[in-house]
Amino acid sequence: MIQIRDLYKSFRKEKVLQGVNLDVRAGETMVIIGRSGCGKSVLLKHIIGLMRPDEGKVTVDGEDVGALGTASLKELRKRFGMLFQSAALFDSLTVGENVALALREHRRMNNGKVDEIVARKLKLVGLEGIESKKPAELSGGMKKRVGLARAIAMDPQYVLYDEPTTGLDPIMADKINELIRQLQKDLGITSIAVTHDMQSAYKIADRIAMLYEGRIIFLGSPQEIQASKDPIVQQFIRGESSGPIEAG
Amino acid sequence: MRAYLAVFGDQVYDSLSYVGGVFVLLGRIYAALPSLFKRFKLSVEQMSTIGVNSLPLVAFTSVFTGMVTSIQALYQLAGKTPLIYLGYGVCKAVIIELGPVLTALVVAGRVGASISAELGTMRVTEQIDAMESLALDPIEFLVLPRFVAAAVMLPVLVVFADFVAISSGGLIAVLTMRVEPQVYLDGLRLYFVMRDVWGGLLKSVVFGMIISTMGCYHGFTAGGGAEGVGRATTRTVVASSLLILVCDYIVATTVFRT
Repeated sequence: MIQIRDLYKSFRKEKVLQGVNLDVRAGETMVIIGRSGCGKSVLLKHIIGLMRPDEGKVTVDGEDVGALGTASLKELRKRFGMLFQSAALFDSLTVGENVALALREHRRMNNGKVDEIVARKLKLVGLEGIESKKPAELSGGMKKRVGLARAIAMDPQYVLYDEPTTGLDPIMADKINELIRQLQKDLGITSIAVTHDMQSAYKIADRIAMLYEGRIIFLGSPQEIQASKDPIVQQFIRGESSGPIEAG
Repeated sequence: MRAYLAVFGDQVYDSLSYVGGVFVLLGRIYAALPSLFKRFKLSVEQMSTIGVNSLPLVAFTSVFTGMVTSIQALYQLAGKTPLIYLGYGVCKAVIIELGPVLTALVVAGRVGASISAELGTMRVTEQIDAMESLALDPIEFLVLPRFVAAAVMLPVLVVFADFVAISSGGLIAVLTMRVEPQVYLDGLRLYFVMRDVWGGLLKSVVFGMIISTMGCYHGFTAGGGAEGVGRATTRTVVASSLLILVCDYIVATTVFRT
């Protein structure tokens, strides 16, 4: 279980997170929605310890992420997988090496076993036999799927998705959504996805949290958010330019 | 007045953050040293990139440095001092100062900028975050190999540069200024002391550390897309060049004090 309590983060004078409180239950898929630049990715990076909070804390299974030392943080991260917005594949490595990297570093396995796992994970994301390709040879959708294969290579307990469908065509976006859903169903992974793609949010979420002006202003199921009377929530989920949220 | 104070305060904060950040990075490199053998292959790859690939540029710079030093030394000595002092002057100038400093400045432009651009691109495309999310230490994978490779390869490049510069200086003196080869060679041996060589090599080790540290620091802290990477690259070259000159003075006053 992941608990976020009174989380504050500023970059110079810009206050990004201003007291975020959120609980993510084991086995669920939590989708955090909000406008671009509202701090969704920053929140995600706090969960995996890539950023330290100014105030407040994030606890993962009772461990305070911000208070962990280097070695403990490393151990904690082995329980996580993360899919980055731009996939963030290592340019200098092949697809196979990207997916295998964490396995080779953290697991005592022979090369044959590693190759077998890599092939299995790539098959899971529908990309068999591309181990020897370089990231530069892949399309945006393929990169995201390789990023997903890399994120789940170590069979993590938690997977974080940063804008999993951004920049993809609708069909590829739906394919990624199905993969996220399938992973949760098959492997029982606890997932947190940040997105502003409402179609994706409705498809993958068990619960949706809306981040606005540094705080969570709504938390509920996809049905509940659609029935919400909050004008800010309604404007956002309908994608309207006029309303209490100023465009710009 | 308050606005000025605020700007001044911001600048002081930025400067302290910058210096602190560099020292924190050095501390993390030191802490990662035990993993050097584990990452030896990466260090060797970097030695090739930093050292071997810089050879043509260093050779080109050294040929002209040697020739110019020789011509200008002869211009100053001619008719006033025996020609044996030509080899002596070229040798001392190249080994103590010109070899280490010019090589370092050239490598700062080529390698420092490249390290900064590479790591900066990895930063803005979240590859460094991805590495951390996989429970891998980017200092161990990216910084340590470059730091070690630069510290090892700069002295090698400087020895090469010294040899090329002294040879080209002699060649130009013999071919165009009618200096006897034996006189030039005798000059090289005149008052030759190993302390000059060690001093030059010590400088080059320090310069190698400066170039890699600046490249890695500015790359790691790059932000703001392609523009940010460009800024980081420029800052690396400027900061490395200035620090090379400052540290040149510090080493000179320490090692070559009479």
